[in-house]
Formats: sequence, structure tokens, C-alpha cells
Amino acid sequence: MIRKKMKNNNKLNCIVILLIIISIFFVERNFDAYIIRILNLCAIYIILGVSLNLINGFTGQFSLGHAGFMAIGAYTSALLYMSPELKEVNYFITPLIWPLSVIHLPFVFSLIIAGLVSAGVGFLVGAPCLRLKGDYLAIVTFGFAEIIRVVFNNLQSVTNGPIGLKGLPTYTNLWWSWGIAVLTVLVVKNLVNSSYGRALKSIRENESAAEAMGINLFFHKSLAFVVGAFFAGLGGALLASLVMTIDPNTFSFLLTFQLIVIVIVGGLGSITGTIISATIIAVLMELLRAVEAPMNIFGLHIPGIPGMRMLIFSILLMSVVLFFKKGLMGNKEWSWEGLFKKLFPRQREIKEGD
Amino acid sequence: MTFNAFLQNLSNGISLGFLFALIAIGYSMVYGVLNLINFAHGDIFMMATFFAYYAIAFFSLPWGIAFFLAIILTAVLGVLVDRFAYRPLRNSPRISCLCSAIGMSFLLENFAIVVFGGRPKAFFRPEVFTKVFTISGVRVHSVSIVTPIIAILALLVLSYIIYRTKVGLAMRAISRDFDTANLMGININKTIAFTFAIGSGLAGIGAILWALRYPQIYPYMGIFPGWRAFAAAIMGGIGSIRGATLGGFLVGVLTIMIVAFLPALAGYKDAFIFIGVIIVLLWKPKGLFGED
Repeated sequence: MIRKKMKNNNKLNCIVILLIIISIFFVERNFDAYIIRILNLCAIYIILGVSLNLINGFTGQFSLGHAGFMAIGAYTSALLYMSPELKEVNYFITPLIWPLSVIHLPFVFSLIIAGLVSAGVGFLVGAPCLRLKGDYLAIVTFGFAEIIRVVFNNLQSVTNGPIGLKGLPTYTNLWWSWGIAVLTVLVVKNLVNSSYGRALKSIRENESAAEAMGINLFFHKSLAFVVGAFFAGLGGALLASLVMTIDPNTFSFLLTFQLIVIVIVGGLGSITGTIISATIIAVLMELLRAVEAPMNIFGLHIPGIPGMRMLIFSILLMSVVLFFKKGLMGNKEWSWEGLFKKLFPRQREIKEGD
Repeated sequence: MTFNAFLQNLSNGISLGFLFALIAIGYSMVYGVLNLINFAHGDIFMMATFFAYYAIAFFSLPWGIAFFLAIILTAVLGVLVDRFAYRPLRNSPRISCLCSAIGMSFLLENFAIVVFGGRPKAFFRPEVFTKVFTISGVRVHSVSIVTPIIAILALLVLSYIIYRTKVGLAMRAISRDFDTANLMGININKTIAFTFAIGSGLAGIGAILWALRYPQIYPYMGIFPGWRAFAAAIMGGIGSIRGATLGGFLVGVLTIMIVAFLPALAGYKDAFIFIGVIIVLLWKPKGLFGED
């Protein structure tokens, strides 16, 4: 019975992926660059949100270091896929150090290496810090992201310092961003539903009890951290290639904050919730741009107020935190069974009667 | 490096250290009673300078009254932040409180940008605070003399409140055991509000001394002092007043000394502070003076 259900689900999931592929074909042909850009951002937010949810929501380790991993991914990939000529143009104050200045890899490899480097750093940071619990972990990961930012600002011969990297080639398109978003969701979903995932959730619920049941805390926490950091690196690399300009201050705490908002609004420990909230927030941030433009209401001219967008955004966030304490989905997942239950309540009853 | 230059930097470092201590105590006290990192503390600090600025620039109050008023208003702001952002979440998981704190921080920053404008403003400095004394070759700014005096006075008043009054007893009881304190008939909400008032008031004092030292105020000015003070509070052991003072001191002296004696590494000073914090935490997971 369960196996049959799984097979059905797999079929339905394949159909959804097929639908995504068809709609990407359609969107790429028919929509303008602005909408495609927003859709790309949606996908990148999904990658980052889901990977942060794995650490914060499923494992219960409050990490504030996601922007640091993104910075590592973004810079690693950019340094690998930029052509040597472009590097020379960018590094006009301090030349880039030797091996990096001549390397020129295709986007795919730079992306994979970016993810791996980020995951490696995730392990190096995570291994000593995961001894700490709760707020202290939050502080240390936050400090780590800050250290990355400060070091990148000062390490001119590698990162070009505060000037940043400009004119990066745009490799990110809907295929890359949505492809990796689907990959992220699949990997995290399968991880969470495996025995590893159950171990992660038990760590979230009660660390001491989990340890007493024989779960290796260090291994499982590091696992969540490394997988999360890997996808954060990929997300950072995609983001860099989408916005074309990066500097260390792009990856400030504000970015981590936005991701945490996505995870909280969607619900800690819900992948589908994160997907929904990532999409809503990516679109909302664009729609709210209208607030800052000058307006005419009933002949009254209201000049645009800079900062209004972020003010409204933070008020929205506060209301979600205060009034919908569990986020949109809580820790529930949207599933095919749930949908069928809603669509065909009677059929369900008959089945139970059998 | 001459001895004089060392003394010069030391005097700078000490007065900066006292400033960090004043801010760090706010973090520490709130953590003590609520087990919550008050991310909005740095922004409460920022609001204090704007209160003082507008009291002087718009209502043309004499500076003494304006500063006093600003400190009171900051304390009220702290209580309001607690009332609207933290009190509704008293029984929720810690993670929602943390998010609420981060959200409050961004709300205050963006509020300041919309209402006060993002452009830096020049903070009014009364003449008393701009004099420079020269004591045997060491140039000392009068702010650097006033800061430690006011900070020490504030710390004395604070320890009197915490260790000699009934409210202080209630605060200590709550930080020891929240539920038992509640059962013993302590008015939890009132005591927490009082804690916020004191912590924010101290941040207000720190903010005004800060603005007298670096007379440029803008909505994001709270971020860096806030983070460094936060690092200081953790280093000293969050929840402990003694620890926060010592941590603030360490951070202040360290930042000045790194910039003065290792100018090549000046850009990395924030990294050094956080590396220091991480090392301290790995060595003593609860900070230097933390209780288990």
C-alpha cells in the first residue's frame, strides 16, 4: 500500500518537474527580462531558504552565518569563471595572486567547486562551534559571517577588497536557478525523510535524549551544517552571476536576516512553507518598490520616501512573528495525500471502511 | 613606540572601554532576565542620539536638560520595545523571540531612515566637552575624562539598585529561576519592564557620550557599537554585570591598541574581536564570568 502511494507520488512529482520545465520554456520565450529576473531571484531564495531551514528548522541549530557561506560561494565561483582579461580589468589596484589570475573554468565546474569550498568551510566552522548550544551558536556563527566580511574587505589581492568584482558574466538563467532549486528541495526532502533526518529532528526536540538514544550529535549536526553550507554556496554563486556585481558588503547581516524571515514566515521545519514564503517575499520586495516612488493620490502629490519599502517589510515581518507564531505552514508539509484528502473526502472514507 | 604614546592610546582605550561597558550591560541584563539576545539594543542606542539631537535642534533646550530628557525617552523606548515585541512572546519558543528581536532592530533602523533621513547629522557638542588638556605630553580630550566618571557613577547606581533594593532582588530572582520567581509573587512583567528601562537608559547615557566623542549621527550608527558591545557582553559572560564591564573594557582597549600598534591589521579589528569571542567561548562556553 505504502509502496503504491510512493509510486503515485513519484509520478506526480515527475509531472510537476515536467510542468516546471515546460513553463521555463514558455517564460523564457514570452516574458521580459525584469520578470525573468524576479523568477531567478525566487529560485535563489528557495535554494537559500531551504538550506537554512535544514540547519535552523529541522536540526534546531540557530545559525546566523548563511551570508558568510554565500559570500564564499559567490567569490569562489566568480574567481574561477571570470576570464583572465576581466580579472585584470577588475584588479587594477592590487593584482590578483598567481594561480587564481590564470584559472578560467566553465560555469558548471566553478559552481560545483564553490559549493564544495563552502561546504568545507562549513565543516571547519561547524566542527568546533557545534559544541555550543542555542544562543551561543547563533553568536558564533554570526561572528563567523562578520569575520568573512571583514577578511574579504581587507584581502585585496584575492577578493579585490571593498571595490568588489564588477561586470561578472551572467550565466544564471532560469534553467540553472530553477534546476538547482529543484535539486536542493529534492536533496533536503530526501535527507529529512531518511533515518538521518529523523536523527536531526530528534536533536531539535531534545539533544540529551537524542544522545542517550545513541545518536552521534557531532556527526549529525555537522551533516546538517555541511549540506546547508553547500547549497548556500551554490545560491551565493548563482546570485553573484545574476546581479553581476558583488562586494563583501553585499553579504552583510541584512541578507541573512532576509533568509531568516523567509524561513520563519514559511514555518520552521517545513520545506513547502519555505518555498511558498521565498516566492512571496521575492515578489513582495519588488512590488513594494512602488511605495518609494512618488505618488499622486486625489491630486495630492506625495514625494517618494526612501526607506519606506524596508520599513513596511519589517512591519510585515513583525506582524508575522507576533501573530502567526508558527509561520504559514508550521512544521507541516504540503503533500499529495493531503491534497487528495481535501479534494475527495468521500473516497477516503470508503477506503477506510474497507 | 614611546611610553607617552602608549599612555595616550591607553587613555583613549579606557574611555572607549567604559562606553562599550555601558552598552554591554544592557545586553547582559536583558539576557539575564529573559534569556534573550536583544538585537534591538544597538538601535535603541542610536535612537538616544536622535532624541538628544532633536531636543537641542528643534526645541532648543539647554544641553543638560536635552541630554537628561533623551536618556529618559530612551528608557521609555526600551520599555515600549519590550511591551510590543517581547512580551507577547513570553511563552513562545526562543527562536521566535530571537526573530522578533532581529525584526525590531530592523524596524527601528528603517523607522529612523524614514523619519529622520539617512544623511548623517552633526551632533551638537557643548564647549565643556571639546576642551583638550595636556598632562605631561599626553593629550586628553575632556570627553575622555568625563566618560569614565559618568560610567563609574552609573555602574555604582546600578549595583546599588541590583544588590540593595527590592526590584534588584526581584531581577536577580527572575534571572535565577523564572517560574519560581513568578510563583513567589514577583510581578514578572513589571520587573522585566524595569530591567529594560535601566538597560536602555544606560545605553542612552553611552550613546550621548559616544556622540560627544564621534559627533556624527545616522540611522545605522548603532550597528557597530552594538555588535562590539554585544561581543563584549558575551566575552565577559552574558548575564553578568561584572563580566559585561570587564568585556567592554577589554574590547575598547583592544580595538584602540590594535589600530595604534599594528596599523597593518587595523582593517581586521572587528575580526579580531570576534575571534577573541570565539576563543573565549570555546575555552569557557559561558564566558569569563558566566554562571553555569
